[in-house]
Order: sequence, then structure tokens, then C-alpha cells
Amino acid sequence: MGQAYTPGLKVTTDTLLKQRRVLPLRGEVMVQANTTVGAQDVVARAELPGDIMPINMANRLSVPPGDVRSLLQVEQGMQINKGDVLAETKGIFGLMKSKVLSDHSGVVESISDTTGQLILRGPSTPVEVLAYLPGKVVEVLDGEGVVIENQVSLIQGIFGIGGEAFGPICMATSSHEEALEPSHITDNMRGAIVVGGARVSHAAVQRAIEVGVAGIVAGGVDDADLKAMLGYDLGVAITGSERIGLTVVITEGFGEIAMSERTFRILQSREGRQASVNGATQIRAGVMRPEIVIPVEANDAHDNAESQWEAGQLAIGRPLRVIRDPWFGRIGTVSSLPAEPAVLDSGSRTRVLEVDFGNGEKAIVPRANVELIEA
Amino acid sequence: MTIDPNSINVILATDCGSTTTKSVFIERQPDGTFRQTQRGEAPTTVEEPFADVTIGVINAVTEIGEVAGRKLVDEDGRIIQPAGTDADGNPVGCDIYISTSSAGGGLQMMVGGVVKQMTAESAKRAALGAGAIVMDTIAANDGRKPHEQIQRIRELRPDMILLSGGTDGGDEKKVTEIAERIAPARPQPRFGSKFVMPVIFAGNKHARGSVDNAFDESIDLQCVDNLRPTLEEENLGPARDAIHDMFLEHVMAQAPGYDKLMGWTSAPIMPTPGAVGNILTTIAERQGKNALAVDIGGATTDVFSVFDGVFNRTVSANLGMSYSISNVVAEAGLDNVLRWVHLEGMDDRELRNRVKNKMIRPTTIPQSREALVFEQAVAREALRLAYVRHKEFATTLKGVQQQRTVGDTFSQKTSGATIVDAMKLDLLVASGGVLSHAPRMSQTALMLVDAFEPEGFTTLAKDSIFMMPHLGVLASVHAEASEQVFTRDCLVVLGTCVAAAGDVKWGKPAFSWEMRGSQNAEGELLGGQLKLVELTAGETATVTVKPARGIDLGAGPGNPVAHEVTGGSVGLILDARGRPIALPESRDEARDVVEGWYRELNIIDEGDA
Repeated sequence: MGQAYTPGLKVTTDTLLKQRRVLPLRGEVMVQANTTVGAQDVVARAELPGDIMPINMANRLSVPPGDVRSLLQVEQGMQINKGDVLAETKGIFGLMKSKVLSDHSGVVESISDTTGQLILRGPSTPVEVLAYLPGKVVEVLDGEGVVIENQVSLIQGIFGIGGEAFGPICMATSSHEEALEPSHITDNMRGAIVVGGARVSHAAVQRAIEVGVAGIVAGGVDDADLKAMLGYDLGVAITGSERIGLTVVITEGFGEIAMSERTFRILQSREGRQASVNGATQIRAGVMRPEIVIPVEANDAHDNAESQWEAGQLAIGRPLRVIRDPWFGRIGTVSSLPAEPAVLDSGSRTRVLEVDFGNGEKAIVPRANVELIEA
Repeated sequence: MTIDPNSINVILATDCGSTTTKSVFIERQPDGTFRQTQRGEAPTTVEEPFADVTIGVINAVTEIGEVAGRKLVDEDGRIIQPAGTDADGNPVGCDIYISTSSAGGGLQMMVGGVVKQMTAESAKRAALGAGAIVMDTIAANDGRKPHEQIQRIRELRPDMILLSGGTDGGDEKKVTEIAERIAPARPQPRFGSKFVMPVIFAGNKHARGSVDNAFDESIDLQCVDNLRPTLEEENLGPARDAIHDMFLEHVMAQAPGYDKLMGWTSAPIMPTPGAVGNILTTIAERQGKNALAVDIGGATTDVFSVFDGVFNRTVSANLGMSYSISNVVAEAGLDNVLRWVHLEGMDDRELRNRVKNKMIRPTTIPQSREALVFEQAVAREALRLAYVRHKEFATTLKGVQQQRTVGDTFSQKTSGATIVDAMKLDLLVASGGVLSHAPRMSQTALMLVDAFEPEGFTTLAKDSIFMMPHLGVLASVHAEASEQVFTRDCLVVLGTCVAAAGDVKWGKPAFSWEMRGSQNAEGELLGGQLKLVELTAGETATVTVKPARGIDLGAGPGNPVAHEVTGGSVGLILDARGRPIALPESRDEARDVVEGWYRELNIIDEGDA
């Protein structure tokens, strides 16, 4: 094998980002092609069919299912309000009639002669899709949504919680190695995307929620803190629908771990600028990582120090991060790529590489346990 | 298509997984038997930018062709069938080509029935047996309100739905009600908005008309024989066949390149787990054995069993070694995981963070010995939990009236009792990364014994290259070839476990043993001891065990047993730890005990901590 490929997270000052923004069901697209949209503009809208309420009319009327239809005072497709009469029994000699009133509002969807069930569909709920990525609408997907494009600074995190959030970037710590504590969160951070250096504590997140912070970006989080934030122990990394009061993006991993210096530097250089963040993470086939997106402006400084490398290519001199103990979180460069597999301390035989951590310190690490730092 | 088994000499098989397409090559030998001779693999190409599964298949097949010196793919990129020779007299092609698939997340189903413990459970068994992942089971008595059930159906995006309910001639209303809940929910399929949702109805045959009336043209309804025609009878075959047909017609046909692949194969493409079930059932039938196989992956753990000819499969969706490792630790509890760790000085907080880091970076591997020991401890708990779920699911039919005699007065047997009997288990097969790639075979063997706690005499084996799916489809075409390759090439026999159940007291005599055959040895084991006796691959011996009072090794408490055993890469494991294996409560004491077991099985070397 001439080259080896090890995917990494994207951390870049300038990249062309395309986002498909589509509805969960067919609806109406609100913008036109070649127009410019803001992050929180509604680009598509649909009506989600209402909830279904089955009503067992045969039971309520105490008649066989086949007799229900003859007693109904409503028809399929009819709009019903709460309290309306759905059916009435014939009574005895026209007396002692009993009525069935509707407990809900909705439209009569179906009536079954087999089971005597009446299906009522409640009012529909509007669903709106926001642009999320401020930029140009390059394609309109008829009845589905749009494709938006823009040059952005893009930082992918490793794990996040909470959905899409918007706000200006606000640096809370002075260095990438400083943990994010409650004392760093101030009242003027309301609505902001707060960036901390290293580990974020549960207390800091609580304080941020009190202040009304829109999102937090930090290097690490402790398992116990995550459990406290969510109120349960997360078993599988499929997130995005949590409602804890803000969005959290973790850039490096679990434990006491500093944010990569480069990530911190890029965010620092964009302080005060509007960002879109998304905590949604899906670590399965079709992996989805959380992200911070900041549109590029004319005078932005670019840091393309690593763009000499082909994406995913493992080569001598390439910067990387070790992603498993015993060197978890350490950053270094590839100093050797032995072709032959090596036997690890665990006894497993696998392909490895040599990492130079600087200061003359080197280590042999399985290729599976490194992640490239992608520009 | 009918194929004459006698005309088959060269077999090519592929399994298209979510990430890797694996190919194996099987050839008839001069002595007439079949052996697996080559294998290859290539990344699966279902996803963009390729979006054509056949590209990965051709790559994996080409690899075999290159190693075997046999042209298997023609200039048009098609697999050459049947086998023959080219103009230069070189061998080309294969007689049959078969394949399984779990690409794109496999077959995902929702099932429904009237009573959760009866028809709905039978429907679940049919779906799992066909190789599906069951996303949810809807039943009239599942504890949810009708609108909650409808909401749930709306959220799911299954590939198909299996609906059952009512015995033939029984109640029609309840099952129609379930259909009426599915219909307005308008379940959306995973693939494509133009795809019509397939629904298989395998319930009361008299309710077919009313169920049909409940659905409109957005549903493709197919009615098959009732899977529970009477309470006492389960008839899963027609529903399973319908699932396989619908899988090919609807699900596979939507996946990129499968229409082409389906045209190449000599037998229908099967869902991978369905094929594993097929081979296990074939082997159990042909060899008259009770067998259990486990496949532990990153996200899920599948357990397959055949006891007294009855096949069961369970999928534990969130028990796995990477994507769902955090869930295993949460469900089992860290203390239960740590009882299998003999090393000192592991910090709980750091371990929990490590587990989460494995979850978010699932492809990493243990580098240090400490990390491996911890990962194998987690594996024991994942396997144990998956086995518990399997035992709970693999039961006799529930809701069946039992005729009791005076002899049953003190028996607690009821309908719905598990049919999984550790004492009756003859063969235990391991597959999946943490078991297949353990640096030492003895690690695999002990993980199996600790998690599944087999009793009496049990052969332990592993399917190191996961060939069971290929052989499962082959079994449907050529059962003999499939069995020969399974026994000789697919299984790596680790050895035999002889384990005591019953009233084992730690430190007191448990059983004496004597081995006569390829190797001769004898001895005595005390309660709590584990012993490894040399008996290498290909060697056989007769082992006679004489248990102490109250201890059972297969012939009842206190009764001696003699059994022919086979050796393997690990040997003969004598286990007097009792069932369930109960470790000392003190963590320090437990550590010492576990360390002793690991030393005995050469899992750790002399001098290692």
C-alpha cells in the first residue's frame, strides 16, 4: 500500500460549504434561487399532518361495529370541534337517547365497519426549515427545500448535544488549556456562542443556561458532567434532539483535555462574528459530527498551513492527534510509517506508525488510533 | 432455479456488509469433499461516490481470482459462470455464485400483533429469524395508548411491516384495529418517496378482507398463512419466506446496484443474519446437535440458537463494542465489568471517560495490555446481557394451556419457559471482532465460557473470518458442501469445556476426572478452580468425570459421565467454578481469583502482573 488513509475532523479557516436544507415532508419553498439568505431566514415550510385520535364508537354507543355508521351524525372529511355530537343512539321508542361528543377537534379521516372505530385527525402543525448557513441559494429542490453555499470557516467537533443555535463568537478563556468554569460566564454572554479552552464542567453549563448563552464550544467534557447535564447516561452517540437550554460542541473528547491550539486560534480570530452551531452527532454509518460555521469576510486571515496535504493521506511530517490511551489527546507529527505490522503491548498484531511529539519524544501507535488534523 | 448439486465443483460466495464485502472461494477436492481455498475482501460500494454494490463485489472477487490464478470476472465486469477453461486451457469462472447482504443497515422491520406475548412475539420471531432488525413491536396490550402507537409508527421508517394477530377462525376485530392504526400513520419507508410500503399480513385468515379494507394504495399488502394458526402452533415459514421475497423485490431493488447483482446470483440474495441462521439450523439438523452462535459487533450483538431443532435469533441493538460500548457499561454497571479485571489501579472516572472516547471514536483498538483486559471485560458483560435477552426470548409458546399430571405437581414449568438449556448445549460458536481478533485463542475461549456459562460438555469454536453467512446461502443450494466447509474450514475449534453445575462449594471437592485417548491424564478439581489440559487440534479423547454429591455434569447430580471430546487450539477446559459463576464480593479477593484463572489458561504469562 503506497498511502494510508486516516480520516480526521475538518478544522479550516476557509472552505466552500454546501448545505442541503430540506423538509421532512413535501411543502413549500419560501426563497428563490440565486438569492442571499441569513442564518435564521425561513427557507421552506410545510404542514405536518395532525395527530390521530381513534375513537371506539361501537363501545361508546354500546352497539355492534356494523351499526355505528347508521348512528353517526358526522361524515368522512368533516371538520369537528371539541364538544360536537359525533353520534346519537336511537333510544327506546325515541326516548332515552344518548349522545357521543367529541373530546377533540379535527377532521374525520375514516370510519370502520369492522371495528367500529372513528379516526379523527387533529390540526396540522407548521414545520419551518431555517437557512442555518447564511449564503447564496444555489438550488431550489421543488417542494422539498434548498441548497445553500458559502465560503466559511468550519470547525467540526467530535461530539455535541443539542440542535442548531446561532450567536456571536465570544471567547471566555484566555488560552486553549484553560478549563471553562462558571466564573468565566458573564451576563453579557447572553445569546452568544461561548468558547472555552479545555474541559467544560456541569456547573459552567448550568451558569451558561441561567445567563441565556446560545451555545458552548469546549475541548473536553467529563462523562460524569455529561450525565449531569442530560439527566441520564448516554449509551449511544446519536444526539441533536436534547433540550437542555443550549447547544454544546466538544472538539477533542472526554476527560481533562485541552482544545487544539489551532481550533482555539481560529475561533479567537473570529471573535464577535455571527456563527451557526449544531450539536447533532451521529456515530454510525453516514457519520455526522457537530460543527461551528462562520462565514468568511473579505479581510479574514487565512491559515492554510496544512493544505499541502491531500485529505486523509497519512504521510511523514503530517500533523495528527492520538485518539486512544496511553497517549490520548497528544498532538504530534508522523515520523515513520513502517510497512510491516507490529505487535502491540496488548499482544495484537497491527499496522502502526511512529509519532514525534516534539522535544525528542516519540511513540509507536496503531494507525487505527490516530486522527489527522485536517485543514 | 434448480441446480444439480453433483454438477457443482467451484463455488464463489460474497457477503456485502455495511463496510466490507467479503468473498470466499470453495472448490471440490480430488477426494470429492469441498474445501474453502481462497478469500478476499474489498470496501463495500453502496454509498456515494460509487453507489453500485457490484463494484465492491467485483473487487473482492478479483482479489480471489488473482491469488487463485483463475479468471473469475470477464471483460464486461461480470462473474464468469459456469466454470470452464479459456483458450489456453487455464481454469476460469465458477459453477455457482451466491451472496448475502447487510449493506445499508440491513433489513429494518416493524411488527404488529394483537397480544404482545403471543401473536406479536411470534411475528417478532419470524422477522428476526428472517434476518431483520425489529425496530418496534406494536400490540393491542403493549401499554401504549392508540395515539401513542400511531405517533411511534409515524416516526419509524421501516423497510416493511409484518402484521399478525388472531388464530384462524378467532377474533377478527382486534387485528383489524391494529391495521387501522398503521394505515393513517402512513409509515414512510427509508428508501425513496416513490417506494410503496410493503405490509405482510400473517394473521387470522378470515380477517384478510377487513385488513385489506383498512389500507389504501400507499400500502402493498401481501397475505400469507397465519403464523399462529392455533395457540398451540407456530408456523413461521410462510411469513419468513414472504419477508425474504419482499426484501428482494422492494428493499434490495432500491439499493444501488442490487438489481444487477440479483441477476448474477444462482440463489436468492439473503439478509446476512438470515443466512447465519440457515447454516446453524442445517448443522444442528445434520449433526443432531444443539448449537449456539454469537456475533458481537460494534453496535449490536446477534445470538442464534438451535435447541431440539427450534431456531431462535435475537439482536441486542445497543450491546456492542464500539458504537454502543457506553450502553453496555451503563446497562451492566461498571462494577460488573471490573469484576473481570485482574489489574489494580484502574481509576473509575478515567475508565468511564475512556468508554465514552471509544464510543465517539469507534475504530480505535486497545494498544496497552490494560486497555485490552478492560475491553475484554466489557465484552463478557455485553455477551452475558445479550445471552440473558436471548434466553428470555427463546421460549416455548406462551398462552398455551398445559395439561398437568400428578407428576408435574412440583414442577414449576409453565408455558413460555426458555428452551435454552446450558446443559444441553453441544456447540458454542464465537464471531465478531473482540472474539475473533483476541490476541490469544484462550482469551476467546474464556470470554465465551464466562459469558455463556455452558454446563456439562460443550465444544467451543470460533468463525474467525465470518464465513457463516456465505455457508448459510450455500446450504440452500448444496447442504453437504456447506456442512463440509463449515466443519473443516469455517470453524476453528478452540477445545471442549467441561463445566460443573449444581451445588458447587468453593474450596471443596467438585469432581474428579480422567482422560484417555490421544492424551492421558487425570486429577481432581476443587470448587472455584479452572484447569486447562493439553489436547491439541485433531486429537480426541474420552473424558470421564465423577462429580461430588449435588454437582451435575450432565447425568444428574452426583452421577458420573463419560464423553468423547475434541481438542483444539486451546485444549480441554475443566471448570469447577459453579453456575452462575459467583466471584468474591471484595474487589481485591476477586482480582486474585480472576488472576489465578487467567494464569491457568495462559491468558497472562508468568511474571506479568
